[in-house]
Amino acid sequence: MAKQKIALSVNGKKIEASVEPRTLLVHFLREELNLTGTHIGCETSHCGACTVDLNGMSVKSCTVLAVQADGGDLKTVEGLAAGGKLHPLQEGFMQEHGLQCGFCTPGMLMRGYRMLQENPNPSDEDIRWGLSGNLCRCTGYQNIVKSVQYAADKIRKEGAPKP
Amino acid sequence: MTDVIVAPSKEREAGLAGIGSHRKRKEDPRLIQGKGQFLDDLKLPGTVFGDFVRSPHAHAKIKAIRADKAKAVPGIIAVLTAEDLKPLNLHWMPTLAGDRQAVLAHEKVHFQNQEVAFVVGEDRYAVADAIQLVEVDYEALPVVIDPKKAMAPNAPTLRDDLTGKDNAGQGPRRHPNHIFNWSVGDKAATDKAFAGAAVTVKEDIAYQRVFPCPLETCGCVASMDPVRGELTLYGTFQAPHVVRTVVSLIAGLPEHKIHVIAQDIGGGFGGKVGAYPGYICSAVASIVIGRPVKWVESRMDNLSTTAFARDYHMTGELAADKDGKIRALRVYVLADHGAFNAHAQPTKWPAGLFSIVTGSYDIGAAHVAVDGVFTNKAPGGVAYRCSFRVTEASYLIERMVDVLALKLGMDPADLRRKNLIQPEQFPYKSALGWEYDSGVYPAALEKALKAVDYKGLRQEQAEKRKRGELMGIGLAFFTEIVGAGPTRNCDILGIGMFDSCEIRVHPTGSIIARLGTKSTGQGHETTYAQIIASELGIPSDDIMIEEGNTDTAPYGLGTYGSRSTPVAGAACAQAARTIREKAKKIAAHMMEVSETDLEWDVDRFQIKGVPQKTVTMKQIAMAAYSNVPAGMQHGLEATNYYDPPNFTYPFGAYICVVDVDRFTGETKVRRFYALDDCGTRINPMIIEGQVHGGLTEAFAIAMGQEIVYDETGNVLGASLMDYFVPTSVETPVWETDFTVTPSPHHPIGAKGVGESPNVGGVSAFSNAVIDAFAHHGVTHMPMPHTPWRVSEVCHRLGIDK
Ligand code: FES
Ligand code: FES
Repeated sequence: MAKQKIALSVNGKKIEASVEPRTLLVHFLREELNLTGTHIGCETSHCGACTVDLNGMSVKSCTVLAVQADGGDLKTVEGLAAGGKLHPLQEGFMQEHGLQCGFCTPGMLMRGYRMLQENPNPSDEDIRWGLSGNLCRCTGYQNIVKSVQYAADKIRKEGAPKP
Repeated sequence: MTDVIVAPSKEREAGLAGIGSHRKRKEDPRLIQGKGQFLDDLKLPGTVFGDFVRSPHAHAKIKAIRADKAKAVPGIIAVLTAEDLKPLNLHWMPTLAGDRQAVLAHEKVHFQNQEVAFVVGEDRYAVADAIQLVEVDYEALPVVIDPKKAMAPNAPTLRDDLTGKDNAGQGPRRHPNHIFNWSVGDKAATDKAFAGAAVTVKEDIAYQRVFPCPLETCGCVASMDPVRGELTLYGTFQAPHVVRTVVSLIAGLPEHKIHVIAQDIGGGFGGKVGAYPGYICSAVASIVIGRPVKWVESRMDNLSTTAFARDYHMTGELAADKDGKIRALRVYVLADHGAFNAHAQPTKWPAGLFSIVTGSYDIGAAHVAVDGVFTNKAPGGVAYRCSFRVTEASYLIERMVDVLALKLGMDPADLRRKNLIQPEQFPYKSALGWEYDSGVYPAALEKALKAVDYKGLRQEQAEKRKRGELMGIGLAFFTEIVGAGPTRNCDILGIGMFDSCEIRVHPTGSIIARLGTKSTGQGHETTYAQIIASELGIPSDDIMIEEGNTDTAPYGLGTYGSRSTPVAGAACAQAARTIREKAKKIAAHMMEVSETDLEWDVDRFQIKGVPQKTVTMKQIAMAAYSNVPAGMQHGLEATNYYDPPNFTYPFGAYICVVDVDRFTGETKVRRFYALDDCGTRINPMIIEGQVHGGLTEAFAIAMGQEIVYDETGNVLGASLMDYFVPTSVETPVWETDFTVTPSPHHPIGAKGVGESPNVGGVSAFSNAVIDAFAHHGVTHMPMPHTPWRVSEVCHRLGIDK
């Protein structure tokens, strides 16, 4: 199949690549860029393990073609910590035991990252709705909600981390 | 020897972050930064991909397979069928239950989506294209889906390959679709108790076919080194050593030339215990092609073919006195095992540990009989977040107690109170042969009832009922049997179900410990270190835990059935104690005193009554490599293979409160309170996390999960669109609580907790929903309690108008 050229920014780095038009964004990230933090739990846009941030929106990268990300600004879990410091969400997940197997975690973190920008003062209920596109089989969500509250609180107190 | 002011014991103890500490997890830093190493993250140079052509039929003859078009797809390297595996005798593989299972369907398919051919190519996309182009001619055969029809006289024979064999692994068969009959208990005594009973009840109680559905599917990378003749198998294995032994036996490779490695695993819940055709096909393909072969299951394949759980069709009967004292229990089970007898139980137990079915109650006589049958469904029978068939058993008895309470007009809490095993009866010998280790049941029940204001809830319910509203209160008082297990009871393929730990103390006083289990999210790297920290006085941060590499870890039976803490956790403590004994000898030598002059104090030995004369464990570690007593070997390490003297018996009291909308059938969980007693608590933060997760899985099972088949054997809804995995929105908020009754036979008194919430949770949810209809005389409603099913009950009762 003829390949197509794409150029995009991934975690602040300029990337140029040729991809088959049918290549899924998640495969491009994992196989071509070696960013294996973004996981695949279903490939049918149900589980959210593949959630990344594209142009200021949470997207499920198993349901986006790599060519659709052409010209885009993309952030994955690998780009969340900055300046040698964990993002408050990462810290929150660790402090509040928001993960067990950790397979859903990158997707949860990336969704949380966008959600807290959309709503910096979420109620527990808001967080539950905000994360409802991301499945977790291990934690029962209660500590994930706490983890996100931890981050919201920290961001309110100390400001959002510089990207 | 130091002669200094020593910090108080309490302070030093806290510094260790040992048993009881809410220590943060060691696993987290890599997992929150996208640096976990899950199976699909592994990239060996030259890796190719494999995937399956699967059967659209549930039962059919394979007349021909044509793969030329598939092989012509650019990038396709090979297409394997049963004919290719046959010369290697690998087209079938033995199951853990003594039957055999097709690796690639040979002559016949036995369930929908069964593996028919394995396509290998340079990339996933080419393989997906080629799978579409493999042509298979089938001749459809009549199917058996309902297990109740499997043994009908005219039922079609499903397993022609077993024709003439009166044994499919677990005892004599009496019909071509029969697998085994297994019974336990005193039938005569039970029958007698029933004959003379004032009150009896009987109910058909089914536990539907469900699937563990971890977020990561199964997969492996097989890499054969043709020069060395060594096979490395990376995979999502809950029991890596068992996989190595099984692969060695199946493939005929010497076991020392097989390296099995399980890295980070994205949840297991029982689904990653067994050996699947994907593992065998990847290994064969790697041997044939000479390159690493990666196979990663799709979610659809995972839901429809990877080992299912439950599918138990039970009939329960209780006999009781008028005042509610239970005299006897009788249970019959029809177990649907699918197409092959491939369930994962300790080999001697065709129904696992189902005989824990007398539960938390003192019942004088009991009898259980189980028939296993074949149907045209995917094989399996794993313990989905439970110890071997314990969830089914606990559900049966907890449901039956409610059924009896209704018949007697007694409150379900009072009936439980009346029948609970009393503290002074421990160690308690059950009618079906188990010896319960410890428990203070009444205190746990009363604590739970008080916490939710049970009386108040019942009053509220009575008022609501007067107004026609539906409110349900569900109780469960479960007892689990976990920590399989004593090797006299438990083995897999003859290998005793011990587990193991090897600890090495380095000269600078840090530690590496390796175990035969494998975490799939339970946090072993964190908790095992806490046990060793408390035993050896080395801070848990200085202890590295390693699991999953069969070359380095001592042989172990893996992680499932809540066995890690009861068995490997005990091995951990015992190995540490061996080290401490040697350390004591070295300390005596260092201080030039006799061993009997020394006593242990948190992280050091001190001369009795002279607290300033001490040597610390760290100092001893260095001495172990530089200054040992004459005749002693250097080094400070120990390995322990722990054969538990008994199982452990965690228990708990759960209470669930629901409101049911009689117009829509929707159930809202208003409150869920879970009191667990898992003995000594190693890390309360992790325990609470395990309880939250287990309750959520219980909620999913009770309220929505089911793998459904239509009459022709089509799997309906094997996607996450249809199979219920609750999101954060549906999931209730959990209240957790605990009591502590240590296990008397476990070195640190711990019992294991991972599965309790699933075992107790399902009963509590189901009892709550059914209790909402108790005043309408409803004794049972089949799970899952979906709005549709509940609304049908409302409709039948005429209360939806
Ligand atoms: S892998 Fe994309 S939503 Fe599941
Ligand atoms: S932590 Fe395992 S799926 Fe969320």
